[in-house]
Amino acid sequence: MSTIQPVAEQDQHPDVALVAQVRAGDVAAYDTLVRKYERQIFRIAQHITQNREDAEDVMQDAFLKAYEKLDQFQGNSKFYTWLVRIAVNESLMRLRKRRTGKLVSMDEDVQTDEGSVPRDFADWAPNPEQNYTQAELAEILKKTIQGLPQGFRVVFVLRDVDGLSTEETAETLGLSVPAVKSRLLRARLQLRERLTRYFGRKAPAIAQASAAPRGDGAEA
Amino acid sequence: MTCTEFLQILDDVLDESIAVETRTEIEAHLRKCGHCEVVLNTTRKTIEIFRCHEIYEVPTEVSARLHAKIMERCRKAK
Repeated sequence: MSTIQPVAEQDQHPDVALVAQVRAGDVAAYDTLVRKYERQIFRIAQHITQNREDAEDVMQDAFLKAYEKLDQFQGNSKFYTWLVRIAVNESLMRLRKRRTGKLVSMDEDVQTDEGSVPRDFADWAPNPEQNYTQAELAEILKKTIQGLPQGFRVVFVLRDVDGLSTEETAETLGLSVPAVKSRLLRARLQLRERLTRYFGRKAPAIAQASAAPRGDGAEA
Repeated sequence: MTCTEFLQILDDVLDESIAVETRTEIEAHLRKCGHCEVVLNTTRKTIEIFRCHEIYEVPTEVSARLHAKIMERCRKAK
């Protein structure tokens, strides 16, 4: 493309300039991009692989791959969504390795209807999370989200935790918008149902989640 | 509006992308259906809790080590 549209500086996403700098050979600009997104990429990798060591590897590989392939980045999507797509693929590949070659996809287990219709209508206390310590709460949230089918979990994390739009989530995962919407609804409802066990007014305070004060399976 | 119809648009309600005319119908339904009201409020809270609590915290030294490694590998790559 030889015609360059005069895009006002302030209209541009700040990553556009950084990406251009990296392409021009400025490694320090890439340092800025890595710093900006490393936590999110790690979180996504951890949610998919469910393994600390794998998440660390995925994070490194994804950033390296993005760096090496930056020339292929079209710029018609955000750098971040492009990076997430690489990280998702790397995570799935890592899972496949763990399962010795068994095919792993975003469609795994999504046929289930479990939890898509609310059953527990117990209301929650106003700030139910305050009844738990930070560590207990983290354990409850971890247990709850780990129980979701893979294809729901990733959609929920990208859309609701990471804050991507429905369209960006669809693009990142190679899913249609209706598929993302349907998975998101079911993920939200299943998580709500599971959290009601801990936060519902009728529910007894189940503190067993805090009984295992270990990390998330693999030590750093 | 029935509960099933409400559930079908729950995501749009949560994401606040609901047309004004539908909003009136939703409000009318919620006034008479306690179950749907609970589902709406607790699902909203579910999202908020997951958004506000980082469950995979990376210790600073791990993060620094990984960051250094990434940059080292990038420098070598070109």
